Amino acid sequence: MGVSIVSREQTQTEIEKNNEQENKDVDSQKSSSGLVIFWKELLNDKLALVSLIFFTLVTLFVFGVSLILDQDQVVRVDLFAIYEPPSSEFWLGTDYGGRDVFGQLIIGTRNSLSIGFLVTLISGVIGVVFGVVSGYFGGHVDNFLMRIVDFFMVLPFFMLVIVFVSVAPDYNVWTFSLIMAAFLWMGIARLIRSKALQEKELDYAQASRTLGSSHFSIIFKQVLPNITSLVVVTMTLNLAANIGIESGLSFLGFGFPEDTPSLGTLLSYTTNPTTLEERWWIWLPAAILILLLMLAVRNVGEALKRAADARQRRA
Amino acid sequence: MWKFIVRRLLITTPQIVLLSAIVFILAQLMPGDALTGLIDPTVKQERLEELRVQLGLDNPWYIQYRDWVAGIVQGDFGRSFIYKMDVTELIGQRIVNTIWLSVVSVFFIYAIGLPLGIISGRYNDRLIDQLITGYTYIGFATPIFIFGLIAVWIFGFVLGWFPTGGSVAPGLDPGTLEYYLSKIHHVLLPALSIALIGTVGTVQYLRSEIVDTKQRDFIITARAKGASESRVYNRHIFRNSILPIAAFFGYEIVNLINGTVLIEQIFSYPGMGNLFLESIVRRDTTVAITLVLISGIGAILGALLSDIILSMVDPRIRIK
Repeated sequence: MGVSIVSREQTQTEIEKNNEQENKDVDSQKSSSGLVIFWKELLNDKLALVSLIFFTLVTLFVFGVSLILDQDQVVRVDLFAIYEPPSSEFWLGTDYGGRDVFGQLIIGTRNSLSIGFLVTLISGVIGVVFGVVSGYFGGHVDNFLMRIVDFFMVLPFFMLVIVFVSVAPDYNVWTFSLIMAAFLWMGIARLIRSKALQEKELDYAQASRTLGSSHFSIIFKQVLPNITSLVVVTMTLNLAANIGIESGLSFLGFGFPEDTPSLGTLLSYTTNPTTLEERWWIWLPAAILILLLMLAVRNVGEALKRAADARQRRA
Repeated sequence: MWKFIVRRLLITTPQIVLLSAIVFILAQLMPGDALTGLIDPTVKQERLEELRVQLGLDNPWYIQYRDWVAGIVQGDFGRSFIYKMDVTELIGQRIVNTIWLSVVSVFFIYAIGLPLGIISGRYNDRLIDQLITGYTYIGFATPIFIFGLIAVWIFGFVLGWFPTGGSVAPGLDPGTLEYYLSKIHHVLLPALSIALIGTVGTVQYLRSEIVDTKQRDFIITARAKGASESRVYNRHIFRNSILPIAAFFGYEIVNLINGTVLIEQIFSYPGMGNLFLESIVRRDTTVAITLVLISGIGAILGALLSDIILSMVDPRIRIK
């Protein structure tokens, strides 16, 4: 008995060793994995690398600082310190309620980034499922689903979101993200659909079907993993756009409520012309930060896009 | 081509019906109805109920929907309870301003986009192209309202070159030369803000079309025949590359409708977008809902226009 166990263990380790050996051989032949390709592309594109570092630092900073910073304290009104210009006490001055602009900038960035991620994720999931189903089945299903996409594409998106926000019964960050995502999934759906149309004609999908795999498992276990790179690229580029759209809505006053400031909230103070004209410290930092964040995410997205397409790679 | 246009028109009809249904449901969800403006202590509750019955507000939803659609078809959108006037009349005043802003914006979009796209495509990878590509890269990532805000701050407030609000200086008689000059002065900055960001797509598209067309066989043939460089560009390349740009014209309308809401707010420009935000804030449901409907129909027709132009200039679409 004891002997047999030992011998089994021995064979086990031998097999593992063999496997390792084989893996090494395979590794040296096959092309590098997605992550490695992306990393090489990034190292080659200094602008994208700097952008990624900048974005990571800003994200870590705002999430880290807002752990110690109390949101309630930042948005508390202090009537003795209204419209203070930048000073050593208030690095970026104060707004009409005497609230510290720098603190609002940090919390606003955190909220803008969070909602950006959330909306990108929700709209991405809707878009990917819609697109991959439409492309995989093709024919009448595709025709019908794409007419829905066409319809959503021409809707006056901004106006409808504003109306929905104003009628939403239980309005909070989640309903806001859902409303935004409901009108932002069409682009990714179209893109994924056209890719899925090509993918399902390939031999592996056909063979899998012949072997009796269900549509569900072909779509989600086989076709979807093969188009992951496209999904990642699109979602990154969408993240940049969504940060901008959210701040636009908050700027108009139809985004976050004022006690949860976003970067757009700071911009919305410019509805007071005197603030726009004379108190630049309230809104200009937020405007520049939105621009920089969007550019940074886009730079990373463009590098990812090149990495995903072998013909465009620089590395 | 006619077959395609008819089929495309058939898709448009359900789109408009669906849009009207969504708008109708939203109108029901929004607080207030046609009588909200009448609520005041001097009007008795019984009288209000009577009026509700008179206006058909107690009917089941499908009858209300039918009446609403019937009214719209006849041009009756209801009354604004804040301005105490017909919605048609109220929107009529504002829509002129928005159309004026849109026309000037579209003019600048092409006046800026076409030359930049052509230069960028013709001299690709040279310094001038790199500058233009850099501009489109940044422009693509810039939200229109941030650009507008910075523009109004620098050129409106700090430098004082442009007015910072309104569509015309007060106290001028319509019809005089000063009146028209003032209108142009007021529209320039908002229109340029829309155009400088909005034209980026056109520049990028035109550039890649031209770079693409340059390497085609018929261009090599044209050169081999001895056609001059300017002839090759003006007669052969440009003509082929401009067609898809023309087809995107309708989609510009869709973009403009979304863009004007933000731009009109920043420049306090009295157009439809401005009126829309005001009516949402002040709960003037009939006005807000009508504006959504009009913009939606405008966008649907814009997309239709684009597809029809595209089918005329690109035979491949007709065959499908």
